[in-house]
Amino acid sequence: MGKVLVVTSGKGGVGKTTSTAALGAALARSGENVVVIDFDVGLRNLDLVMGAERRVVFDLINVVQGDAKLAQALIRDKRIDTLSLLPASQTRDKDALTNEGVDRVIAEAREKFDWVICDSPAGIERGALLAMRNADIAVVVTNPEVSSVRDSDRIIGMLDSKTLHAEKGEKVEKHLLVTRYDPGRATRNEMLKVEDVLEILSIPLLGIIPESEEVLRASNMGSPVTLNNPDSAPARAYFDAARRLRGETVDVVVPLDRKGFIGRLFGRRVA
Amino acid sequence: MALVLAPEVPLDSWLSALDAQMERSPNFFDSRPVVVDLGSIPREQHGIAEFLQLLEQRGIRIIGTEGAHPSWPGIEAWGRPLPVSAKPGRPIEAPEPHHDKPAAAHQPESAHGSAEANTLVINEPVRSGQSVVFERGDVTILGSVASGAEVMAGGSVHVYGTLRGRAIAGLNGNAHARIFCTKLQAELLSIDGVYQTADDMPAKILGKPVQAWLDGDRMKISVLE
Repeated sequence: MGKVLVVTSGKGGVGKTTSTAALGAALARSGENVVVIDFDVGLRNLDLVMGAERRVVFDLINVVQGDAKLAQALIRDKRIDTLSLLPASQTRDKDALTNEGVDRVIAEAREKFDWVICDSPAGIERGALLAMRNADIAVVVTNPEVSSVRDSDRIIGMLDSKTLHAEKGEKVEKHLLVTRYDPGRATRNEMLKVEDVLEILSIPLLGIIPESEEVLRASNMGSPVTLNNPDSAPARAYFDAARRLRGETVDVVVPLDRKGFIGRLFGRRVA
Repeated sequence: MALVLAPEVPLDSWLSALDAQMERSPNFFDSRPVVVDLGSIPREQHGIAEFLQLLEQRGIRIIGTEGAHPSWPGIEAWGRPLPVSAKPGRPIEAPEPHHDKPAAAHQPESAHGSAEANTLVINEPVRSGQSVVFERGDVTILGSVASGAEVMAGGSVHVYGTLRGRAIAGLNGNAHARIFCTKLQAELLSIDGVYQTADDMPAKILGKPVQAWLDGDRMKISVLE
């Protein structure tokens, strides 16, 4: 039985889709069987970031409504054969998804894969709730600024009350992924420090992804950053985060593109 | 400390009386937070939103309304009604508790403490958007109260963590209720209907462990040594 992981944030534009693709590819590269599912019905992006937009035939709604089998809708990645994508529909709206249908699709995916990674839409409405509904583990993506932190706090509250685990009185395992982090700006108090974010949200830290042009470059290439440039700073941070998800203990370091003295200067440990 | 203004119909003559009052003591409102009690305005009255605008144009800082009727056009822009202590013969205007956390408010068996104890203990942080309401007694939070979260208690509120959201004690009219927290960053404190917003709190107590209590109709906040 695989694990179901939701990548969520409340706020839009903080890096959910980027993180879904990067973590999915990183886990798949370590030999795990991974499916990434786009829950952003009507505004799908994950297919673009994964470079699969021209291979979409069936989508999540087709599978939920029983018009296609899960195996027909899955798109296997051309670079890593243990990585698959279930795209969202761009033309339908979220009302086409039902709780029962989503539960059935996730249960089937859980049988076939080691990791089922659900890319949540922004917001706290139905789409986000459906994405988190079956989750065992949540990765809460947060930028180091106050509005993102407060929205993440709201989402953590919903993970504790609106998921199937919560309804059974159990807990969803929650992890914080700080993205777009710039150690220099944090030192100059131009953004929140990771310690401050952790203090407010009080959930364990999964990783710190440094702000980097590599992320945008990889998106535009249609490739997860962990595949496009595995040695880049954000890719190394995502690989570390993926190892932590697999249960390894890895010190949290902010990797930097600049090597040598400056890199060591800012490569400080957090938490 | 917040003042409560209770306008009466006809609104025109009430406004002129207010103007006369403000002329006699021009600094009376002086950016103090004001709650407008609309409880005595008949439901069919028109132009409530415009009336509140007129009050604002006079430099009155409205932080909330109570007793507002939801059917009045534009009234929602004036903030949700704040819970104010019960005055005789009038029901409490408490906001609807959010259902994000029903366990906290309505199922005390999920919290620790004996069944009849008039204390609710929450073992985790109160997240943004969550509302903990416990009218029968004290609420103790083991964790922080986030910005955009609120804790309301009939008795005292104890927060073993950072209080960033709202704490409302003495919900049903208990002037002896107090608020305690290990780190004060609150958006609003209220005891028995007396309010203080973050703007009114002296900078030197922010971030400190404090208690708040009522001395007559004034809220006092002191640092806990």
